[in-house]
Amino acid sequence: MVTMISIKPLLAVLVPLFVIPVLVSSSSKPNVRESWIFVSGTIVLALVLSMLPAVLAGKQLVLTLFEIAPGAALAFRVDGLGMLFALVASSLYIVTSIYSIGYMRGLNEHGQTRFVSFFALAISATIGAAFSANLLTLYLFYEILSLATYPLVAHHQDETSRISGRRYLTFILGTSIGLVLPAMIYCYHVTGTLEFSTAGIFSGQLSKPQATVLLLMFVFGFAKAGIMPFHTWLPAAMVAPTPVSALLHAVAVVKVGVFSIVRVMTGIFGVDLLADFNLGVVVMSIASVTILLGSCIALSQDELKRRLAYSTISQLSYIIFGVALLSPQGLLGGVIHIVMHAFGKITLFFCAGAIYVATGKKYISQMTGLGKKMPFTFTAFFIGALGVIGLPPAGGFYSKWNLILGTLEAQQTIFMVVLLVSSFLNAFYFLPIVYKAFFGKSEEEDGSPVKIQEANLCLVIPLIISAIISIVLFFYPTVFINLIKVGLNI
Amino acid sequence: MADFLALIVAKYNYWLYIILMMIGLYAMIAKNNLIKKLVGMNIFQTAIILFYVSIGYKTEGTIPIIQNAHGDHGSHGAVIQAADYINPLPHVLMLTAIVVSVATFGVAMALCVRIYQRYQTLEEDELRMRLSEK
Amino acid sequence: MDNYPALIVIAPLLGAFFAGLAAWIEKRLSYPIALAALGLSLFSAVNVLMQVIASGTIQYRMAGWAPPMGIEYRIDLLNAMVLVLVSGIAFLNLIASYKSVIQETTDRAESFYVIYLLFCVGLLGVVATGDLFNLYVLIEITSLTSYTLIALGDRDRGPLAALNYIFIGVIGASFYLLGVGYLYIKTGSLNMMDVANILSGIQGSTTVLVAFFLCIIGVWIKMALFPLHVWLPNGYTYAPVAFSRVVAPLMTKVMVYVMIRLMISVFGYDYIFTELNLGQAVVWLGTIAVLAGSIMALSQKNLKKMLTYIIVAEIGYMVGGAWLANELGMTGAILHIVNDALMTFALFLAVGNIAYKIKSTDLANLKGLFGRMPWTMAGFVLAAFSIIGVPPTCGFFSKWYLVLGAFEAGAYHFAAALIFSSLICAVLFFKVFEICFFESRSNGHGDAHGHGDSHSTVIVEEAPISMLVVSGLVSISLIVAGLYSGTIVNTIILPFLR
Repeated sequence: MVTMISIKPLLAVLVPLFVIPVLVSSSSKPNVRESWIFVSGTIVLALVLSMLPAVLAGKQLVLTLFEIAPGAALAFRVDGLGMLFALVASSLYIVTSIYSIGYMRGLNEHGQTRFVSFFALAISATIGAAFSANLLTLYLFYEILSLATYPLVAHHQDETSRISGRRYLTFILGTSIGLVLPAMIYCYHVTGTLEFSTAGIFSGQLSKPQATVLLLMFVFGFAKAGIMPFHTWLPAAMVAPTPVSALLHAVAVVKVGVFSIVRVMTGIFGVDLLADFNLGVVVMSIASVTILLGSCIALSQDELKRRLAYSTISQLSYIIFGVALLSPQGLLGGVIHIVMHAFGKITLFFCAGAIYVATGKKYISQMTGLGKKMPFTFTAFFIGALGVIGLPPAGGFYSKWNLILGTLEAQQTIFMVVLLVSSFLNAFYFLPIVYKAFFGKSEEEDGSPVKIQEANLCLVIPLIISAIISIVLFFYPTVFINLIKVGLNI
Repeated sequence: MADFLALIVAKYNYWLYIILMMIGLYAMIAKNNLIKKLVGMNIFQTAIILFYVSIGYKTEGTIPIIQNAHGDHGSHGAVIQAADYINPLPHVLMLTAIVVSVATFGVAMALCVRIYQRYQTLEEDELRMRLSEK
Repeated sequence: MDNYPALIVIAPLLGAFFAGLAAWIEKRLSYPIALAALGLSLFSAVNVLMQVIASGTIQYRMAGWAPPMGIEYRIDLLNAMVLVLVSGIAFLNLIASYKSVIQETTDRAESFYVIYLLFCVGLLGVVATGDLFNLYVLIEITSLTSYTLIALGDRDRGPLAALNYIFIGVIGASFYLLGVGYLYIKTGSLNMMDVANILSGIQGSTTVLVAFFLCIIGVWIKMALFPLHVWLPNGYTYAPVAFSRVVAPLMTKVMVYVMIRLMISVFGYDYIFTELNLGQAVVWLGTIAVLAGSIMALSQKNLKKMLTYIIVAEIGYMVGGAWLANELGMTGAILHIVNDALMTFALFLAVGNIAYKIKSTDLANLKGLFGRMPWTMAGFVLAAFSIIGVPPTCGFFSKWYLVLGAFEAGAYHFAAALIFSSLICAVLFFKVFEICFFESRSNGHGDAHGHGDSHSTVIVEEAPISMLVVSGLVSISLIVAGLYSGTIVNTIILPFLR
């Protein structure tokens, strides 16, 4: 593996961080503030993109900052997997910042400066997690992300958000300190290193029971991935303003959880060790339960954002499921679902927010007939839904296809049934919304004096962009596929 | 039994200091009046001073002042035997310890005065009652 | 200059003298004198640390008398580091204290500075000295001054808290003194090096055993190891804030240093862990202290008092780590002396700012503090994260070593206690954050929407700039110390231990 030292990953982490003081100092001039966000977002994306060719060429960019203990440094390494995740996060950050301008101003929210500052901090931590070279660095950014998101979740500062914030922290911080931290230190104790490597860091030091316990501690400990029973923070966190739900609770935060689990499985344990101990099936069973239960609960939710949240819980487990298949096809399908689901789900959340800003409606039962008044929004919603369900012409099809091929490749036919059943459930909880919106009769035709129309441009443009990308990804997923192949050696 | 008695008699200085110390400790813990506690504290500290002083003592030793040591540098025949003199070091140390204990006692007394001025009592249970009322 | 080791201690001593003297002429003079004295002390300490890192242990003979007769200051890597820590925190706290001393002890500010300097003399001397009896005297100087300063605090409870502290403090110091006496009986020496050399030739002596237990228990009382902690929470809570800011981070940590010094440089690992085999039992004590301290902190309704119980828990960290009987555990304990001093200091600085503005540290009075004192709270949040153990703050890294050491020693109960205490601290601090974050807006406003920007509604009332700067500096140092903990371990702690 060719490695070269580069300061770019550090810069990508620092740019959003250093822009925070600027944001705070320009809090009285919203336009200046927003343009700074935009500038910093663009710089981050440019930095990430500038590393893309090197990574695609099979190189790794490394940078060691602080040697804390031998084998446990604060260090960055940009490989295919990290690149893929950083690319998704940084590109969606820009889209979301346009959206949040429209959303926050549209609702005249308080504390906008605080909001955008912590948002920038969260992005910085996400990029940092993506570029982490070892488990220690990953844990560091994971924790920063948890804490940076708390003020965002509790943004409204009322009783509901207080309870939600409390639940959010209990689950996220409780599991990461209570499970991940001891597991990580134990790994270091046994091996003396925490550096990710495709072969894994263990060489025969673990017995099967030990490995099982450790793996479970990691899988449940990274609770941001929403594996049941540590998932309830996600629906609770939906009290946050929609841009937070969209970027953080559909993309950045939750995927950092999934990404961490993927890293631990592929970089700490190594695919071979998991296969030897037959641990893939264990994780797959856990993931399957979450997939099915998540979808079922989603069906019963009437609040749109909560339905989306449960859908996210179940979709996240697809990724873990795919990786746990431990076969090349499964890995590919799982990891690329990070991308596909990100674009699909963020579109859906954008739509939910746009509907809320334009009409004040949160519940699905109130949305009948809205499609005719908000055609762009609901078309985008339809595309996003296709992406999540996994139907062409949206990118989601690609990941689901590979996952199913993966189950066949790994000869896990029972689990293929799980995938199929869940896809049907996905279709059940999304498509009726679109159908009723377009073809249903609006109940409030006479009741509402205010004429409902599309939300303002700042809200509509981002959701159109992300919907278009979802479709584009169906036709051109090559970049991401190559990144995965480079990153995971498959 | 005889052995035990012999042990006590032979090391009577240790027993004495331990008994004193326990008296002091008892007063510090069990007494209700702050001044009595202070007295206990003083007994406690004195016990330790006694212990130090006694370990420096030697039977038939004399005070450690060497006569005629100056001038002719002890060259006139007689070798100075350490066993002839009691050990001055523990005694000197105790000078410092006494200073410390006096200072502590002084501070403690000053605090008692402050407490008395404020609450007109030095009984601990009454003080506790007054404080819990606040 | 060769006299730096002495200067570290002498400078504040002379400073105290002159500050007291100058107050007769002009009361305002004592503050700059105190500041200059501690500044000189800090400067010397940094120089000594450089010197020790470059050329090894310094042996400084007071007035040229050779040990074991004379008193020796023996500065190796460990105490050089702790000296810098102590003088640095004392100096910074003095900068931050100017306004709060005036606020809290209006008519006696100058005597505060004099006693404060003497307190620093005591602490610095305890760390620098290589003589067992000298150590006792300096511990008592430290204690005496802290009794006095605690009594200056809360008018209702301060004197009583100080008096209770005296009773227990005297017992602790006397135990230590007795232990030294027994050591003297056996070895005839008071110099640490000398005693250690003689002890290594003695085996199975009851006298040494008694001496060991008396010394260690004495030190445990002074450091407030659970269940010997009862004096600490009240004492530190009712002290004037300018003093609790310095006594909370330093006093207990310096006593932990004394314990480690006694373990390593006087009695020796072999004696404690092989001959007596005490490691496991004391690690259990540490475990219990960690759990008890954390749980007691949960029930507190006063921020300052809550923090004092956290100190009790942190003492358990260090005691447990030091007695794990392996290098990692000891590394963690020593690193935690530095880190815990810094983070406790940062916490109390924030509390000091709050007390200065709000005039109360009851949790119920802290509503809406994030809006009113954003900078103070930022410092507080960082320090709290460090206590919880969130990377990259320094608290995480000492915990890292401690847990590693616990794994290596097979003391899983201790590791579990550490993790558990992190969780409890998270609960504790987020309870505080919640009060400060939420309850500002609950009065008067039914719904949370439509208030415009929060800056227009909340008036920012921050503490004076001197307090803020120090608080910010220390909070940032938490991250810096965290990131450079590898360097600290490699250049100071490991060379010292090997």
